[in-house]
Amino acid sequence: MTEMSTTKDRPILLDVKDLKTYFFQRRGVLKAVDGVNFTVRAGESVGLVGESGSGKSMTCLSIMRLVPKPAARIVEGQILFNGQDLLSIDESDMREYRGSKIAMVMQDPQTSMNPVFTVGNQVEEPIKLHLKERGAQAMQRVLDALRAVRIPSPEDRVKQYPHQFSGGMRQRVVAAMGLATSPELLVADEPTTSLDVTIQAQFLGLIRDIQKEHGTSVIWVTHDLGIVAQMCDRVNVMYAGRIVESAEVQKIYKDPQHPYTKALLDSVPVMGARRPRLYQIDGQPPDLRSIPTGCSFWPRCPAAMDICKTEYPPATHLGGDDFVHCWLAEK
Amino acid sequence: MLSYIGLRILQALLGLWFIATLVFILSRSIGDPAEIFTARHGHVHAREMMEERLGLDKPLYHQYGIYVGQLLRGDLGKSVRNGIPITKILMERLPATFTLGLFALGFAIAFSIPLGVLGAVYRDSPIDWFAKVMAFLGQAMPPFWLGIMLIILFAVVWDIVPPAGKTGWTSYILPGFTLGWGVMAGMVRLVRSSMLDVLDSDYVTMARAKGVGEIVVVSKHALRNALIPVITYSGLVLGAFMNGSVVVEQVFAWPGIGTVAVQSVVSRDFPIVQGVVIVFGAFFIFINLFVDILYAVIDPRIKYTGQ
Repeated sequence: MTEMSTTKDRPILLDVKDLKTYFFQRRGVLKAVDGVNFTVRAGESVGLVGESGSGKSMTCLSIMRLVPKPAARIVEGQILFNGQDLLSIDESDMREYRGSKIAMVMQDPQTSMNPVFTVGNQVEEPIKLHLKERGAQAMQRVLDALRAVRIPSPEDRVKQYPHQFSGGMRQRVVAAMGLATSPELLVADEPTTSLDVTIQAQFLGLIRDIQKEHGTSVIWVTHDLGIVAQMCDRVNVMYAGRIVESAEVQKIYKDPQHPYTKALLDSVPVMGARRPRLYQIDGQPPDLRSIPTGCSFWPRCPAAMDICKTEYPPATHLGGDDFVHCWLAEK
Repeated sequence: MLSYIGLRILQALLGLWFIATLVFILSRSIGDPAEIFTARHGHVHAREMMEERLGLDKPLYHQYGIYVGQLLRGDLGKSVRNGIPITKILMERLPATFTLGLFALGFAIAFSIPLGVLGAVYRDSPIDWFAKVMAFLGQAMPPFWLGIMLIILFAVVWDIVPPAGKTGWTSYILPGFTLGWGVMAGMVRLVRSSMLDVLDSDYVTMARAKGVGEIVVVSKHALRNALIPVITYSGLVLGAFMNGSVVVEQVFAWPGIGTVAVQSVVSRDFPIVQGVVIVFGAFFIFINLFVDILYAVIDPRIKYTGQ
C-alpha cells in the first residue's frame, strides 16, 4: 500500500491526449480508439480494462505507432513520452523508441516469436540495435536477460528455437526481449490470457519483481479484474473506444463512479460471497461503426437520463489523476 | 537431422520401387507389343521371334525379375525400332531438358520474388498493380502461343536470338522465357499472398516493436517464412517442367526428353516410353526429397515432426 500511494507524486512518463485511431473500411469508419486520455507516471502500473473490442489493444499499438496499415490510422491526438510527442516524429526516430525506451509484450506467446530464428538471435536483436553491442558482449547481455526472466540454463536455450519452449517460458522470453534494453515503459497487451493459472501467477510475479527492481512503468491490458487488483496502481476502464473512468486501484474497487465500472465489478465472482447469480450487463457493446450519440453506454445503463442520450459527458475530475465521464458525477 | 534425411531417402527408394512396378504392370496390361509390331509387318514367325527377343515368352514373375534386375544395373532396355539402348538415348537428351528447366525456374524465381515481395509491401501501389498485371498476363498466355510470338518478334523481326534448336547460351533465352513465364506469374501471386499473411503476423509486429527497421523486417523476419510455400511450389514446378516441356520443346525444336517422349509414343516404341516414365518418376521423387531436406534447413520445426 505504501508503494501505491507514492506513485501519484512521481513525474509523468506517458501522457496520452485525445488519441483517436480509426479503421477506414469499405463499410464505414470504425472508431476503435475515439478520444482516449490517460497518463502513466514513472514506475507506475496502469491497467487498461474493458470488454473485447473496447479499443485496448489498438491503444497499445497506437502508442507503439504500429497500428495495422493501411486500414487503420491515428487521426488525432498526442502521445507525450517524457514530453516528446511520439506522433510528430519521423518513423526512423520512432524506431529509436521502440524496443529501447518502450517495449511491448503481446497476447499470444505461440505467435509472437519468429519460428525460424533461434531464441538467442531474437533476444539479441534489440540489444544490437539499441545498445550497439556485438559478439560476446551482446551474447552476455542476452544470457543476463534470460536469467532475469528465470530461464534455466540459458547457455543451451539460446541456440534453441521457439517451438522447443513451453508457452509460459516463451512469454518470459518475449518479456526478456523487451526488458533487455531496460525500457522505461512496458506495454503488456494481455500477456497472460493464453497462459494457465499457475504459469500466469509466475509471470505476474516475475514482472512485478523486475518492475520493482528497475522502476519500469507498465501498461497492463487485461479484462481480468483480478490481475488489475494484483498488479496495478491505477485502472483505466475503457468502453467503446474511450476511457470512461480512471482511478487509483483501491478507490475503484471501493467506490466505482461510472455505472459501467460498477457493472463490471458486480459481474466478477467473489470468493466466499453468497450471491444467487452473477450480475450480467444487459445488451451488447455497441458497433464501433455506429456508436450511439451521447454517452456510448446509455443503451445498457440502468441509470440513463435524457441528457445521456444526446451529449457525451465531459470529464469530471475527482482529485489526483482520477476522472470519470458520467452525467451522474457531473451533478 | 540425419535420421530425418535417412527416413526421407528410404521413402524415396520405396517410391521408386513403386513406380517401377506400376510401369511394369501397366506395360503388360496395355497390350502385346509383339502382336502390334508383327501385325503391321505381317511375318508369320516374326511374332514368336519378337516375343523371344523381348522375353515375353517367359512367365510374368520371371519377366518382373529380369526387369528389376536390369533396372538395378541401370539398364532400361533397348528401343524396339532401332535397338539403341534407352539409357543412351535418355542420357543424350536429359541435360538439354534439365538445363532448360533450371533456366526457366531460375528466371521465374528471379522475377517473382522481388515482384511478389514489393507487391505485398506496397499493397495497392503501382508496383502491386504491375505485379498483378504480370501475373494475369502470365496465366492468360499459353506457352505454345507465347513461344511462337516470341520467335516472330525476337528471332524473325529483330533477329537477336536463334529461333530454334540448341546452339549456345542465347538459344536458352526464348524457350526458357516461354517455359518460365506462366510459372513466374503463379509464383508472383504465391509470394505476394504468403508475404501478406506473414506481414500480418504477430512476430512481424513484435520485430517492429523491437525497433527493427522495415528492410530487415521484410527481408529477414518475413521473407524466410514466406518462402516456405514457394519452395514447395518450385519443387512441383521443376518436376512438371520435365513433362510440361513437351510443348515448349516441340515449339523450339529443343533436343530434350519431351521430344523423345512424343516421338516414341507416336511410333509406339514402348520401351522408350517406359524408360521416360521411370526417369520422370525418379526425377519427381528426387526433387521431392531435395525439397523436404531444404524445408528442414529453412524451418527448424520440421526436423522433429519427421521422427
